[in-house]
Amino acid sequence: MSLKKVSKEQPDKFEFSEENLILAKKIVLNYPAGKKKSAVMALLYLAQKQNNNWIPLAAMKYIAKFLDISYINVYEVATFYSMYNLSPVGKYFIQICTTTPCMIRGAYKLVDVCKKNISEKENELSGKKNCSWTEVECLGACISAPMAQINDDYYEDLNVKQFEGIIKDILKDKKPKPGSYRGRINSEPEKNRQTLIENKNA
Amino acid sequence: MLEDKDRIFKNLYNDLGADIDSAKNRGDWSNTKEICSKGRDWIIEEVKKSELRGRGGAGFPTGLKWSFAPKKVGAKPHYLVINADESEPGTCKDRDILRFEPHKLIEGCLIASYAVNAHKCYIYLRGEYYNEGLKLQKAIDEAYKANLIGKNSSGTGWELDIYIHYGAGAYICGEETALLESIEGNKGQPRLKPPFPALVGLYGCPTIINNVETIAVIPTILRKGSKWFASLGKPKNTGTKIFCISGNVNSPCNVEEEMGIKLKDLIEKHAGGVIGGWDNLQAVIPGGSSMPMLSKEISENITMDFDSLVENNSGLGTAGIIVINKDQDIIKCMARIARFYKHESCGQCTPCREGSGWMWRILERMAKGEASKDEVNMLSDVTKQIEGHTICAFGEGSAWPVQGLLRHFKKEIIARNNFDPLVKNNKNIPYLIDQHILEEDVKNVKS
Repeated sequence: MSLKKVSKEQPDKFEFSEENLILAKKIVLNYPAGKKKSAVMALLYLAQKQNNNWIPLAAMKYIAKFLDISYINVYEVATFYSMYNLSPVGKYFIQICTTTPCMIRGAYKLVDVCKKNISEKENELSGKKNCSWTEVECLGACISAPMAQINDDYYEDLNVKQFEGIIKDILKDKKPKPGSYRGRINSEPEKNRQTLIENKNA
Repeated sequence: MLEDKDRIFKNLYNDLGADIDSAKNRGDWSNTKEICSKGRDWIIEEVKKSELRGRGGAGFPTGLKWSFAPKKVGAKPHYLVINADESEPGTCKDRDILRFEPHKLIEGCLIASYAVNAHKCYIYLRGEYYNEGLKLQKAIDEAYKANLIGKNSSGTGWELDIYIHYGAGAYICGEETALLESIEGNKGQPRLKPPFPALVGLYGCPTIINNVETIAVIPTILRKGSKWFASLGKPKNTGTKIFCISGNVNSPCNVEEEMGIKLKDLIEKHAGGVIGGWDNLQAVIPGGSSMPMLSKEISENITMDFDSLVENNSGLGTAGIIVINKDQDIIKCMARIARFYKHESCGQCTPCREGSGWMWRILERMAKGEASKDEVNMLSDVTKQIEGHTICAFGEGSAWPVQGLLRHFKKEIIARNNFDPLVKNNKNIPYLIDQHILEEDVKNVKS
């Protein structure tokens, strides 16, 4: 289990926006009657999205009331799963996969880029507070290694120079284009594709 | 090499489009009603005859699993759950199915739900696959709109609702009972088995859990016939499989191939060969990070199927092939995998929670050459203490890769780590203290 730091500075109040309230009520209906608790993960995501990509304790209490479950039930879920941020992260939240398949293709060079351009330590906000980075475990895009996830998008087949460019764009509050940075199409082999050639030419 | 006409996932690289019309052009949804009208027993019998084995890692025969579900629905409803929590390092096959062949999966969901009497299907998708989730949801919406699923799915009279449930970055939720806990809104900690989910699963009801790839190949098997599927590959290891080839190869890729293809062919023909040539190969992890590695000698002639890999003390797992060449430090590679398991252990069973961290710390020191000779055997001992002593297979998954390293690279480890342990100089110090902490202390005392 990973270390989860709960932020020391907490807002007093949290409530779903009107939009999210409608969504939340809809999500609860995905599960059988009396099994509202199942919606807790989805509601935590909603709260995180509404609150600048992190979940305050007030939101957990609010969700507990919303689902008629105890606060600790929500708290234990929020602290167990690594994708719930319990303290503020940047508007651009960079996650670099450094598990072995990415590591052997140079993921730690990307980490160095982040250390140089964003912040020396993980999970620290950059100078202008719009960006933070962290190392994560396998993101499931091993054939496109090394790669990074920025908010919801995958940036694949990176090299140091390109990644530096991406970070510079982000620091200027410009969203770079997601996808492969070697120009390859999805998960096909870059050179000498042997299969489904007819489809390719179709 | 498998011929293109025998490939199931024709749109693996998205040459043809993933929308419903393109999918229909490829033959999806063409005679779903007819297939279902042949009856549950026929479907399960065909899947059994095809000898399809689960594609999620364990390789359990799918038809057999389905037959465990109660024949008649009792007081409790049945559920179908699709495991799309693809997080095994080295594996990214389900991502392409979700992105580019979602209709194969949805049609498979309908047929499987019909076969096991389920009216509700949950797809447990890993949280990081947010964009893939949007694409899958779009495909589900298309299917609802075309009445392919819903109240009267594809005219079969069967009611089916499909929901996506997002995970949130926990590897352990790929374990089927942890996945069920997660859907129920709890921490993802595996349950003791038995009872097996087929009888007591989601919300205590009979539940069948299958991997994305397993379900997505079902419609094609039933359409082309179990004989066709069984004719591919080897006996008991039939059909096709998506292989993910990552690591130190020239063109990493996903490719659908016949089971029992030679590993060397996969690497050389499809992935453009090892960087620096075949002679530069150091080791191959054949089935995602939890399967023990193979040495170069074994990789030369091994075929990729469940049984021949088990014969070589490894496993097919998810068929995520990680190629490691001689430019890499093999001990460091495995130390990083050990760190992955330390990070992802759910913390429920002591041998796994403590042992995974222990293995990681020893391996980190071994990579630096700071471990003692005795620790090589101690590390082997730790893996044996984890293996078989945990609720779920995560224990094996974390211990096996380390055992694989010790099996093939013991000499390298010993050559790098040969100093005398400090403990011998201080006999009063308990055996269990971590060496590196001890060393720090000694340094401090000296200075």
